Amino acid sequence: MATAPADPAPPLKDAVIDAALAGLVAAALALPMLGFHLEDGTTSLTLSPHLPRVGLAALVVAGGRLGLTLARRGLAARRAGRPGRLARLGGRLSGTRLWVGWAMLLFAAVLPLLPFADRNLIDKATMVLIYVMLGWGLNVVVGLAGLLDLGFVAFYAVGAYSYALLAHYFGLSFWACLPLAGLLAAAFGLTLGFPVLRLRGDYLAIVTLGFGEIVRVVLVNWGDLTGGPNGLGGIPRPTLFGLRFAAYAPPGHHTFAQFFGLRFSPEHRIVFLYFLILILASVTNLVTLRLRRLPIGRAWEALREDEIACRSLGLNPTTVKLSAFATGAMCAGFAGSFFATRQGFISPESFTFMESAVILAIVVLGGMGSQIGVVLAALLLVGLPEWFRELQQYRMLAFGAALVLIMLWRPSGLLSGRAPTIRLGERT
Amino acid sequence: MLRVEGLHSGYGRIEALHGIDLDVAAGEIVALIGANGAGKTTLLGTLCGSPRATKGRVLLDGADITRLPTHRIARMGLAHCPEGRHIFPRMSVLENLQMGAAFGDPRHFAGDLERVLALFPRLGERLHQRGGTLSGGEQQMLAIGRALMSRPRLLLLDEPSLGLAPLVVRQIFELVARINRDEKMTVFLVEQNAFHALKLAHRAHVMVNGRITLSGSGADLLSNREIRAHYLEGGAA
Ligand SMILES: Nc1ncnc2c1ncn2[C@@H]1O[C@H](COP(=O)(O)OP(=O)(O)O)[C@@H](O)[C@H]1O
Ligand SMILES: [Mg+2]
Repeated sequence: MATAPADPAPPLKDAVIDAALAGLVAAALALPMLGFHLEDGTTSLTLSPHLPRVGLAALVVAGGRLGLTLARRGLAARRAGRPGRLARLGGRLSGTRLWVGWAMLLFAAVLPLLPFADRNLIDKATMVLIYVMLGWGLNVVVGLAGLLDLGFVAFYAVGAYSYALLAHYFGLSFWACLPLAGLLAAAFGLTLGFPVLRLRGDYLAIVTLGFGEIVRVVLVNWGDLTGGPNGLGGIPRPTLFGLRFAAYAPPGHHTFAQFFGLRFSPEHRIVFLYFLILILASVTNLVTLRLRRLPIGRAWEALREDEIACRSLGLNPTTVKLSAFATGAMCAGFAGSFFATRQGFISPESFTFMESAVILAIVVLGGMGSQIGVVLAALLLVGLPEWFRELQQYRMLAFGAALVLIMLWRPSGLLSGRAPTIRLGERT
Repeated sequence: MLRVEGLHSGYGRIEALHGIDLDVAAGEIVALIGANGAGKTTLLGTLCGSPRATKGRVLLDGADITRLPTHRIARMGLAHCPEGRHIFPRMSVLENLQMGAAFGDPRHFAGDLERVLALFPRLGERLHQRGGTLSGGEQQMLAIGRALMSRPRLLLLDEPSLGLAPLVVRQIFELVARINRDEKMTVFLVEQNAFHALKLAHRAHVMVNGRITLSGSGADLLSNREIRAHYLEGGAA
């Protein structure tokens, strides 16, 4: 070998031992999960052992592990010195980011007009955009400020319930509630941020995880206010300057279809919701990009890089962290009230830890701090599983496999690296 | 300008400084030399409020700053270049410098930037390079430049020569001398590299185990036999 690969692969024997160990671990894990079959007898339930499945699981894991090690070694030998094609592609994408962003926005704007865009597709695209918006919000907290937040879904829930409750008890419209929901979520962000500021890294992650669960548990148990596990229904739909997206309008009101002399179609609302979230998400993007260029945004990044230096430069870490938390939470609050109005029904089930995990995965996979990376990751993690619903219970398995593969392929995210946030003229 | 009176400080129950008295007048370079673990870094930290002083006072132009939070002390004009440089590795050189001016008047930024880049032309050549990819000497220049961007009254330098090649060390010290001479910057310099520090300093103190044991002009200490024996053996590069 002329040049030694940077990351020397273990010899074959080590690879086999490593794979065998992985198989053993898998077997131990699979035993309680797959090893027994619950049989519904006539009088009682009986457990019958089902060991072949355990063996199969162990074999699959061991084989996968061995294959992975060998494949990596092959790659390492081939690469030796030159960056992979995919890495180069990623680099090029990052270089032309601005371009790609506008192209994506243009595509998103004309999507509903395209011939293949049916109701189903627009609905799914709406879902993806909600997650894009959530991802951009969390990106401020995790990607920029470097605060690992595992309870982000709590702010999403606060936004959704704020709208649902304000509409229910005070009859406020979506447009009146949207800013309120954002503010309430931001206030929750401050409330959470305050006691946990001293914590960092793992500790912060655990506390935020707990906070997310607390919010969910409160939603489940405060039945009088939130409807408990049954959730809240009949959440009013948004209107376009007072025009309703419904077949009939109450006296004194108009429907969208009447006003424009169209025949009523339920698709109008779907397309309207799509454009609404597209606008909300674009505004989120604009605002977060703008914030990044302002001193506060730069302070977030500086805080992630080095807290000691920040302090000695006169930055107050407390305010910087709080502002990041509140900004992220506000985005989630907006997204939450959109979610509520789109569904017309919300329940605590929509705000489980799984949601936080997916949003975080979007940010991490996207390459912490990259706005376009978030879009790609949201498409991948939310869009694809929606299309692959036929896989049913294997969906989560595919989801997990996709995460593992991406992290192997691009350990620092789809689009890693950050563009400088400022330039002063062209110095040479 | 800076006056330290009977300062005690430490970590938890371990006391690292046992009553430090010193003062720094405007326009001076004052050096503090001492072996590893003497408490030099602890002293600079305590001046900036972390760790907190347990006894004694720190006065900056007569104002008691002993109990202020670190970021407030920094805003009062005490710029601390911490040991190990602590630049922002993933931010560009320009962004690092901007962070130095984070709380200052934005109208001063362009002028200050020009001044700092005139002092450190190397940084000007690398404005858009990431801080973390600079060489050690360049990183030290960036750390000092960043501190200068905040228009400090007093510059605290903690071992700027740490881990640098002798030639680079000399460059850095020449720059410190220039900053003091041309910019009229008051400097409190902490060093293990006693030879260079003493040559540069108007006045100097020697610290041993959390106490100041010897004080004098830089030239006096440089010719002091005890100092030569303890701190300068073979170090006269
Ligand atoms: N974070 C810390 N926690 C506990 N003890 C510390 C800490 N930092 C330094 N010390 C102790 O304080 C004393 C002074 O250390 P320091 O100020 O770093 O010395 P110097 O900068 O002169 O090398 C040493 O005995 C060191 O072990
Ligand atoms: Mg030290």
